[in-house]
Amino acid sequence: MNTLVESCLTALTLIIGFDNQLLAVILLSLKISLAAVCLASLLGFPIGALVAVGRFPGRRFATVLLNALIGLPAVVVGLFVYLMLSRSGPLGELGLLFTPTAMVIAQTVLITPLLAALARQVIEDAWREYQEQLISLGASRPRAALTLMWDTRFSLATVVMVGFGRAVAEVGTVMIVGGNIAGVTRVMTTTIALETSKGELPLAMALGIVLVAVVFLMNGMAYVTREWSMRRYG
Amino acid sequence: MSENLFPLVMEGVSFHHNGQTIVDNMTLCLDGATRTIILGANGAGKSVTMRVLHGLIAPTSGRITWGGQVARPLSASNKQAMVFQKPVMLRTSALRNVTYALKLAGVPNLERLARARQAMVRVGLGHLESRAARVLSGGEQQRLALARAWALNPRVLFLDEPTASLDPTATREIEEIIAEIAAAGTKIVMTTHSLGQAQRLADEIVFLHRGRVVEQTPATEFFQKPRSPEAAAFIKGELPWI
Amino acid sequence: MDLKNRRARLRTFVLSLCCALTLNPFSSQADEKFINLASTTSTEQSGLFGHLLPLFEKRAGIKVRVVAVGTGQALDQGRRGDADVVLVHDKVAEEKFIAEGWGVERLEVMYNDFVLIGPKENTAKVAGGKDIAVALQKMASAQTAFVSRGDKSGTHAAELRLWKVAGVDLDKAKGPWYRDTGSGMGPALNTAASMNAYILSDRGTWLSFKNRRDLKVVVEGDTRLFNQYGVMLVNPAKHPHVKKELGQQFIDWLVSAEGQKAIADYKIDGQQLFFPNANNANAATTTPTTNPAKK
Repeated sequence: MNTLVESCLTALTLIIGFDNQLLAVILLSLKISLAAVCLASLLGFPIGALVAVGRFPGRRFATVLLNALIGLPAVVVGLFVYLMLSRSGPLGELGLLFTPTAMVIAQTVLITPLLAALARQVIEDAWREYQEQLISLGASRPRAALTLMWDTRFSLATVVMVGFGRAVAEVGTVMIVGGNIAGVTRVMTTTIALETSKGELPLAMALGIVLVAVVFLMNGMAYVTREWSMRRYG
Repeated sequence: MSENLFPLVMEGVSFHHNGQTIVDNMTLCLDGATRTIILGANGAGKSVTMRVLHGLIAPTSGRITWGGQVARPLSASNKQAMVFQKPVMLRTSALRNVTYALKLAGVPNLERLARARQAMVRVGLGHLESRAARVLSGGEQQRLALARAWALNPRVLFLDEPTASLDPTATREIEEIIAEIAAAGTKIVMTTHSLGQAQRLADEIVFLHRGRVVEQTPATEFFQKPRSPEAAAFIKGELPWI
Repeated sequence: MDLKNRRARLRTFVLSLCCALTLNPFSSQADEKFINLASTTSTEQSGLFGHLLPLFEKRAGIKVRVVAVGTGQALDQGRRGDADVVLVHDKVAEEKFIAEGWGVERLEVMYNDFVLIGPKENTAKVAGGKDIAVALQKMASAQTAFVSRGDKSGTHAAELRLWKVAGVDLDKAKGPWYRDTGSGMGPALNTAASMNAYILSDRGTWLSFKNRRDLKVVVEGDTRLFNQYGVMLVNPAKHPHVKKELGQQFIDWLVSAEGQKAIADYKIDGQQLFFPNANNANAATTTPTTNPAKK
């Protein structure tokens, strides 16, 4: 119990004190995960939408595959991206290993299936309502996918938040491809892992509290925006 | 490409689903002028027939021809439109729902806006252009659906029980609009549960029973002197005082 | 149409946001000079790099990016070309690295020592001893709880060597008392602290470790506990992209008088952790002067 109380107090002191290092680490975490979630949405939403409304052989297999990939172990993704980006790997020429870009790539690979699978579900539900009307109006399948992606934007915003939450809470992937280099690729989660392994448990816990608070704040903002939009558009 | 879309013919069309025969070797011929209303008891196959005619459903056997030519797959160029029992609107403004349909039809930008506005005024929704479509009342949404269909300038308009969920006032408004659309030259093919509505709107009645066309008669004749026992029973069941 | 415009604008905005976010962290590092140093978690967690590297950066204007992993993994990074310089503490593995052609030259830099950590209650009756072999024999026969890192690290390799030196056949003697955790030094210490077990740790990590609970140093000072560090430049012949000039500058500085002094100056609670011994033939036999005031 003492550790928890101490952690909460440390967390407050850190936040109020605007510790520069902490701020830099938080900002880097946010930058990386926001970039990853943007890229993952751009990739995943169209895939999910096309699988939802499309008619092609193997559509059901694609659905099952997407759902299965949600459970992709983060550390496996990390290892895979590491081997890809390593100098001895196929993309080694790019020299991306141990940079924030590598972390963005790894997180994107991790959450794209998640966003695609959830988007597929959201859009499939909408498709059931819209299908006849859209086909009657002469919309092609890709066109319908695009229309539904826009129409379900509020549900998709929630999906984005889920993806962001998963990305920013991630440790294994970013540790392997980022290297947890001080001042360069050290983010909130890897700092927490580091401090824990140093035995600095109250500090680690405090950072954990800060991380949860940041994610909570972002979700809150998304929720408010969504509620307002729903009331506006129905 | 023949501009002559009619007659619209169903040749030996059957539709089976889940082991049930919903449309049974149906043959039907519709011209381009009259207002056709399809009647029948529940389960007679009205909805499926409509959708096969429109091209939403592919028949299990048989085919549809327009003016002698086999029906093409549904696209925006087919000059048809359909209004469903429950209006389906996108999460955007009323006007944009109409312009969306026009965009799909390939209408250029400036013309879209003008036609959409005009259609909305004609159905009496001119003042609700920027309102979110999904917050409109049921009657308003259905009028919007009609505006959307009308703006496309279709040659044929299919309507599947368009007033089933509406109150009498809204129903009257919808019926007036349908009559206007017909008067402007669009062929109407509609289903309804209400014999009163059928009497008000129809030029000819197509009566279905168990997936087959039992009668295709001018409306006045149908109600006063139905030619088939099934039709007679149907009318008596619905309008016992006739 | 407005909707199309709005959607197009939104898409452009999102794309530019993504580009900004992804490229921004990238561009600020494109102009600075840096090398990738693969080293071990124990060295990083002792805080040495935090002390040493800013001094080098000021001297040479080169940033040293440390990726701290286990010794095995650090050497592997060198083999893959993902590091420019490798600094680890496993002489046998390092010499193999050079022999296989992955490194240019092995230079000795410094040494630190391991300490045997154990519970205050002295369950194995080894406290205060100066002989690590005797202590390990006692522990094996008493079967007291012992936490091993089990992760191919330099510390793990040293631990296995010491069991051999003590004449204990680990494969035979192993039992539930020997806890192979497969983890880094810090996590292993955490585990030992919560189990009240014995554990072999490097002094640096121990001194910075905050979660000690009932653990303390029970055996130290045995020369067999000394831990030699070697630094190697990854061979540019095998990996042409290796930053050989910058890397060499770092190595030269480490073994220079200035670098060696910087290493010696690093202290925790007044205790020196690392003992510079570059170009020193008698490296591993010099006894470190330990401060009697220790926990």
